[in-house]
Amino acid sequence: MEEQVKHNGEQKHNLNEVVVDIEHISKAFGSKEVLKDISLKLKRGENVVVLGKSGQGKSVTIQCIVGLLNPDEGTVKVFGDLVADMNETELKALRTKVGFLFQSGALYDSMTVRENLEFPLTRVLKMKDKAEIDQRVEEVLEGVGLLDAIDKIPSDLSGGMRKRVGLARTMIVKPEIMLYDEPTTGLDPITSREISELILNMQKKYKTSSIIITHDMECAKITGDRVVIMNDGKYIAEGSFDELQNSGDELVRSFFNTTT
Amino acid sequence: MAEQAIPGYKKWMESVGEQGVFFSRFFRNIFTGGFEWSEFVRQCYEIGYKSFMLVGLTSFIMGLVLILQLRPSMVDMGAESMLPKTLAVSFIREMGPVITAIICAGKIASGIGAELGSMKVTEQIDAMEVSGANPMQYLVVTRILATSIMVPILALMGDVIGLYGGFLALNFTDEISFSLYFHKCISSLEFIDFLPAFVKTIFFGFAIGFVGCYKGFHSNKGTESVGLAANSAVVTASLWIFVIDAFAVQVTSILFYR
Repeated sequence: MEEQVKHNGEQKHNLNEVVVDIEHISKAFGSKEVLKDISLKLKRGENVVVLGKSGQGKSVTIQCIVGLLNPDEGTVKVFGDLVADMNETELKALRTKVGFLFQSGALYDSMTVRENLEFPLTRVLKMKDKAEIDQRVEEVLEGVGLLDAIDKIPSDLSGGMRKRVGLARTMIVKPEIMLYDEPTTGLDPITSREISELILNMQKKYKTSSIIITHDMECAKITGDRVVIMNDGKYIAEGSFDELQNSGDELVRSFFNTTT
Repeated sequence: MAEQAIPGYKKWMESVGEQGVFFSRFFRNIFTGGFEWSEFVRQCYEIGYKSFMLVGLTSFIMGLVLILQLRPSMVDMGAESMLPKTLAVSFIREMGPVITAIICAGKIASGIGAELGSMKVTEQIDAMEVSGANPMQYLVVTRILATSIMVPILALMGDVIGLYGGFLALNFTDEISFSLYFHKCISSLEFIDFLPAFVKTIFFGFAIGFVGCYKGFHSNKGTESVGLAANSAVVTASLWIFVIDAFAVQVTSILFYR
């Protein structure tokens, strides 16, 4: 019997369904080849961690998924549709289903936390009922433990708080897929752990499938169902955190030793 | 030498192409989707109201200084009675619109370039785009339309304040009543003096908003790029103002003064 999950308490989905299918993509910036024949599948409800050193093209991979960048070769399919073939309207529709948490949080600094969270509700979901908007904003802020900061502006928030608000803003539209770009970079170890646990809690609560780009081993251990290691623009190993940590491959093992 | 010139030429052509695409995206976004009224009103306030003092003070000083500079020559020629007319024609046709536009290029185009450049560097524009919202509609359409509307209004106010500055300067040396001065100013002007001057300020406003938004939107990622975007926005917008002015003068001459 196929395992199934309800997304956001609505539709039932097959857990074996591949929601993101990256096949043999390559990308170069000028003469620098950043991605070299990368392939990756993300199943529904799964958390995949892409682990690697900085500047290895990890972020480029997830930017190709939302059409911020186009690969030079290969294909990216999301929910079975080719991203490269999508027109502006289709791309917009796709982006409402795919949440993207930027490394910096990317909060709109001219708006308060409340306005930041209202922005996708009024512009993307076209919600008009003020009471409903307020309820949703407060609910998601409570989920990240920052209800008190609702009327603050981003410059008054710490790095960890910005990431939490960024996560709340992304989660408020209830995406089916979440892409995290270095969610714990620049944070102290305690806050990093809190963010990693929050990612896991949000995944359980909203039943999302996630790709987490990181070089933080603890984040990878906490959040990842499956870990992919990237080196020099290629995926060199794949498996669970424990499998890779005890890998017979010296390069993979040394990778764990150098980054922990 | 020729080999070095080719990449520069290519880069320039790419930039022209990008500006064409940016313009068509701006134009398409005016009419598609929901218009961001609240952001548009906020931008009108930021651009118009907050520039009023600067434009007003500059125009006032220019009106005052022009009379002080012109007076000795006009007195020598026995044409001091022509001072209000000279000031009115030069200010309404040329000085007022150009001074206002140059001040706005320095204040507004640089502000927009720096703001959007900073949003680009901190990935706010990318965040807006991947969330499914439309940054062109929210950030670009509102700003360009606000400058296209507010710069002409500022220029009109600048004209009035500049003429008042001229009156005060004239009143230091020659006793002239306010009503006589303004009667002389207005009677020397025709509708045809106002219309081209007003129309060209709409284009000045458009150029200021468009260049500011384009430079900010296309700035590179890096803190240095924010400064470059602001600087480049001022220089390019100022240049465009003079180009538009030269073109407008030629068109006006052909249409109305032949």
